[in-house]
Amino acid sequence: MENRHAALGLTDSDVLAMYEKMLLTRLLDERAWALNRMGKAHFLVSCQGHEAAQVGAAWALRPGIDWLLPYYRDLGVVLAIGMTPRDYLLALLARAEDPHSGGRQMPSHWSYPPLNIFTGSSPVGTQVPQAAGVAYAAKLRGDDAVVYVSFGEGTASQGDVHEGMNFAAVHKLPVIFFCQNNRYAISVPQSLQMAVDDLADRAAGYGFPGKVVDGMDVLEVYGAMREAVDRARRGEGPTLIEAKVYRLTPHSSDDDDRTYRAREEVEEWKQRDGVTKIRAYLMALGLLTEEADQALRRRLLDEIDAAVAYAEAAADPEPSDLVRHVYAE
Amino acid sequence: MREAETPVAIKTLLEAIRDALAEEMRRDERVFVLGEDVGRRGGVFRVTQGLIDEFGPARVLDTPLAESLIVGAAIGAAAYGLRPVAEIQFADFIHPAMDQIINEAAKIRYRSNGAWGCPIVVRAPYGGGVHGALYHSQSVEALFYHVPGLKIVAPATPYDAKGLLKAAIRDPDPVLFFEHKKAYRSVRGEVPDEDYVLPIGKADVKRAGEHLTVITYGYNVHLCLEAAERLSREEGIEAEVIDLRTLLPIDRETILASAKKTGRVMISHEDTKTGGIGAELAAIIAEEALFYLDAPIVRVAPPDVHPMPFNGRLEAAFMPTVEQQYTAMRDLARL
Repeated sequence: MENRHAALGLTDSDVLAMYEKMLLTRLLDERAWALNRMGKAHFLVSCQGHEAAQVGAAWALRPGIDWLLPYYRDLGVVLAIGMTPRDYLLALLARAEDPHSGGRQMPSHWSYPPLNIFTGSSPVGTQVPQAAGVAYAAKLRGDDAVVYVSFGEGTASQGDVHEGMNFAAVHKLPVIFFCQNNRYAISVPQSLQMAVDDLADRAAGYGFPGKVVDGMDVLEVYGAMREAVDRARRGEGPTLIEAKVYRLTPHSSDDDDRTYRAREEVEEWKQRDGVTKIRAYLMALGLLTEEADQALRRRLLDEIDAAVAYAEAAADPEPSDLVRHVYAE
Repeated sequence: MREAETPVAIKTLLEAIRDALAEEMRRDERVFVLGEDVGRRGGVFRVTQGLIDEFGPARVLDTPLAESLIVGAAIGAAAYGLRPVAEIQFADFIHPAMDQIINEAAKIRYRSNGAWGCPIVVRAPYGGGVHGALYHSQSVEALFYHVPGLKIVAPATPYDAKGLLKAAIRDPDPVLFFEHKKAYRSVRGEVPDEDYVLPIGKADVKRAGEHLTVITYGYNVHLCLEAAERLSREEGIEAEVIDLRTLLPIDRETILASAKKTGRVMISHEDTKTGGIGAELAAIIAEEALFYLDAPIVRVAPPDVHPMPFNGRLEAAFMPTVEQQYTAMRDLARL
């Protein structure tokens, strides 16, 4: 197999580390489902099938310098930029120590100032004008921070997405609009969401480049993201990247995708799973062995086990916390 | 030897607001304004006139016609560390930004457990009586009054406007700053040149009195003050007129102290009656000062129709008048 990562400026250990984050994301998501079915976690949104797109995108960002306005499916993004399984599990179980919201928000509503992860909400698309505002501020201050903002193809129907993209285009702001197109907005297929095959086509209407990438291929995503980040940093403005992915699980722990997707379709996409794909690539190049992979898997599961134990033992918020932080204290 | 004192300048409400913006932008380079027509045109009411010449187009930013973007971008810029002052051209056009104000700005501190703040100001001209018809006349404060995490300021005088806008810009939380457009140029008053800040959350007793309490805000403050003077002259009845200045958080202390002192309370606003700010004020007084009252609480407000028709007679039929305030105050005092 041809070495594809060297040409992207990635070392062997870079790609191994990317694979590790993807595998961690998958194993952690699987654990969240288990905790939900055990009755320990009230709710989760799943990211399985998005790992390659998410880790590939985050890998092009500088932790603590660039800014992120991720959407609720971006577990792989926040893990790749520096959050930990413990952070995620504290939020999943809504503990007081949850670094995102202290147990106030549903899980996967990310927020972490030390890594410039801005707090997000559930109404979709609101983060897009905000991302443009962050980028405007960075430009006004003369900083070279780049802003990553993500959303699904369903969210692309929201007016806020249009408003944010248009403003970013007018001022050539350093924003990467990263759409993870998994073909369904809960149950509604793309064909009822838009009349075009590629959302990326819309970029032309704003006056910046739009690019479609295979979101199941972490290296392809990274390459496109790297290019978009470099372009933003050069002051040439935003890019829309549309990563074609597939959600391998229901939308959330409360969804049943059997009501709207054929099992054959899901099985077909599982054959194209991005985690399996990068593992096969690493093995074909001799960078990963079956034994090393098993050892890695065990180490990650140990880390997740320890994080689960920690989160389960962690304290709930105090009832008196209810009335805090409405205004500055 | 003592220098002759410079007389305090007399300014319009609009000029006082412009002074506050310019002074804050000079004081703190993180402050910038954004909105529709705020740059080269200086705003459709000319509030931001001249700012672009002094501070440049990047800090006096003409935005696309997109209110959700204006507030959303302000939220993002505030997250980055700036102090944005967003202008919504008319309060009637604020509704596309409801999600950004209510679900985003108001909740950012709470939902991040105090990790993030949202120090933005959203300025909006509101109110009628200027032939603005249905979509250039609305009072929208009650729509936001229910939302924890917001602060709402509605000054009535130039002095208060300058001090409160400065406070709003320096406030760590999101502030909606409503400017009554009929008051913009018709209300004048002393505005000191120096830097001063007035506390958000503090009402102001604009006229002391012992017989009844009138609680109001915005342009109605001036109507009530005029009515109170006439009432004093003609009937010897002394009304205490409280200008709320800040609608959220409300100054319960000042309201309750006055209600307990006079035992008669009238609440007056230009916004329609049902679900208006007056309803909450009446509830607070009923809960905490009922046994001090000598008469039922009276609310003076326009009927529950859409403010307000373009036709002059219909507009006049909607708008509060001095006569209405006078009659209601006199009747309440006689009860």
